[in-house]
Amino acid sequence: MSESVLYDVQGPRARRRVLIGSIVGALLVAGLLVLAAQRLAANEQFDADLYEPFFNEPDLYRRLGAGLRNTLKAAAYALVLALLLGTILAFGRLSGRAWLRLPAVTVIEFFRGVPLLLLILFFFLAFPLAFRVTLPPLYALVFGLTLYNGAVIAEIIRAGVQSLPKGQTEAASAIGLTRGQTLRLVLLPQAVRIMLPALVSQLVVLLKDTSLGFVIGFEELLRIGGQAVQVLDNPIQLYVLIALIYITINLLLSRLASYLEGRQRRTYGDAAPAQWVESGLGQAGPAP
Amino acid sequence: MDTVLDNLDVFVEGFTATLSLTALAAIGALLLGTLIAAMRVSPVPPLRWLGTLYVQSVRNTPLTVVFFLVVFGLPEVDVIVSFYRFAVIALTLYTAAFVAEAVRSGINSVATGQAEASRSVGMTFSQTLRLVVLPQAFANIVPPLASIFIALLKNTSIAYAFGIFEGTQAMNRLINEDGSAVIAIIASAALVYLGLALLSAAAFSVLERAVRPA
Repeated sequence: MSESVLYDVQGPRARRRVLIGSIVGALLVAGLLVLAAQRLAANEQFDADLYEPFFNEPDLYRRLGAGLRNTLKAAAYALVLALLLGTILAFGRLSGRAWLRLPAVTVIEFFRGVPLLLLILFFFLAFPLAFRVTLPPLYALVFGLTLYNGAVIAEIIRAGVQSLPKGQTEAASAIGLTRGQTLRLVLLPQAVRIMLPALVSQLVVLLKDTSLGFVIGFEELLRIGGQAVQVLDNPIQLYVLIALIYITINLLLSRLASYLEGRQRRTYGDAAPAQWVESGLGQAGPAP
Repeated sequence: MDTVLDNLDVFVEGFTATLSLTALAAIGALLLGTLIAAMRVSPVPPLRWLGTLYVQSVRNTPLTVVFFLVVFGLPEVDVIVSFYRFAVIALTLYTAAFVAEAVRSGINSVATGQAEASRSVGMTFSQTLRLVVLPQAFANIVPPLASIFIALLKNTSIAYAFGIFEGTQAMNRLINEDGSAVIAIIASAALVYLGLALLSAAAFSVLERAVRPA
C-alpha cells in the first residue's frame, strides 16, 4: 500500500518493522479470536445441535425466504413512494414561491429530525386510536419509511440540482423556459446522474430500516429470525446468519454505488465540484 | 395535550434516559471508532484488514440486528448486564463503524503535501498523524460526526423495543394511559426529538467554527 501519504515508501528497516508489527498484530487478532472461541466453547456454543438446523431443516430456509421477500417488498414499495414524495418536496424546496418553499422546508426538516420508529408507530398506533383506521403492519412500515426517506431524497435531489453549473439555468431562462420547465426539462435529467450514487446509498439505509418492522409485528426477515430462535434456541448462530444476509445484499448495493461513483469520476474528471463533496453526493456509503 | 402536561415528569425522565444513552454511546463510539480508523490507516496489514472487515460488516447490518445479537447473543456467552447497558453496547458497536469511516475520510482529505512536508522534515508516522494531519483532519471530521451523533440520538429510540425506559417508551406509556390523546402525545415526543436534534446541530456548528483552522 504505497497510496498512503502518511508514511514513506518503506526501506529494508521499515519493512522489517512492519513485518514484526504484522506478526504481532496478527497474533493479537488471533489471540482475540482464540479468547472469543474459548468463551463460546465454554458456553457450549459449538455444540452440533446448534448448527444442525442449518443443514437438515428446509423449513427454516423456506420461512427465512418468505421473510426476505417481505423485507424486499417493503423496501421496494417504500422506495417508489419515497422517490415520488422526495421529488415533490424537492420541487417545493427549489421553487421561487415562498408559500411553496417554506412548507416544503418545514416538512423536510421535520421528517429528517424525528426518529423513524416514531413515524412508524404513528401510523401503527395513532391511526387505529385517532381515526379508527387499522393499517396492516406492512402499510405502517412503508408509510413511515416513505416519510423519512422522502425527506432525505428531497435533500439529495436539491443538492444534485444545485451542484449543476449556473449557466444551465441561465441558458434555460434565456430561451424562455419557466422555472418549472427549467427544473423538469433541463436540471433534473442532469442531476439524476450526479445523485445516483447517493440514491443507491440511501437505498441501503432504507433496506436496513425495514428491519424496524419487527417492532410492529411485520413478518420481515429479522422477525422470522426471532421466531426461529424461539424454536431452535441458537440466537448467536441465527442472528449472525441474518446479519450475513443483510450484509451480502447491502454490500452488493454499496458496490453498485461505488461503481456509479467511479463512472461519474471518469465522466466528470477527478476533481468533483466542491458542492458534491460538501453535500455528501460524491461519497458512496450508507448513513447511520 | 393535557395528558402530556400532566405527565411531564414521565416525559422528562424518559428523555433524560434518551440523552444519557446517546451520551454514553457517543463517547464509546468516538473511542472505538478512532481506534478502528487508526487501524485502517496503519501500515500493518492484519490490523488494516480487521478494521476494514469491521466497518464493512457493521455499516451494512441493520442496527436492530446488532441489538438482537447483543441482547440475546451476549447472555449465551455469560455476559449478563442490564438491558440499558446492552443498549449502550449495541449503539456503541454500531455507531463506531460510522465514526471510523468519518475519521478515516477526514484523514484522507488532508492535502497530500501536508503529510509529505512533515515527512520531509523527518517526522515519524505517529508524529505526522498527531501533530500535522489529525489537527487539520478534525475540522473535516466534525460535520459528518454531527450527523452521525444526531442519527445516534434518533437511533436510541430502538431501545424502546427492548423494554428500556427512554423517550419513545415514555411516549408509549402515555398512549396506553390515554389513547384519545395519541396524536398530541406522539407530536410532543417528535418535537422533543426534533428540538434535541436541532440543539445538537447548533452545538456542533459552534464546535466546527472553533476547530476550523484560520
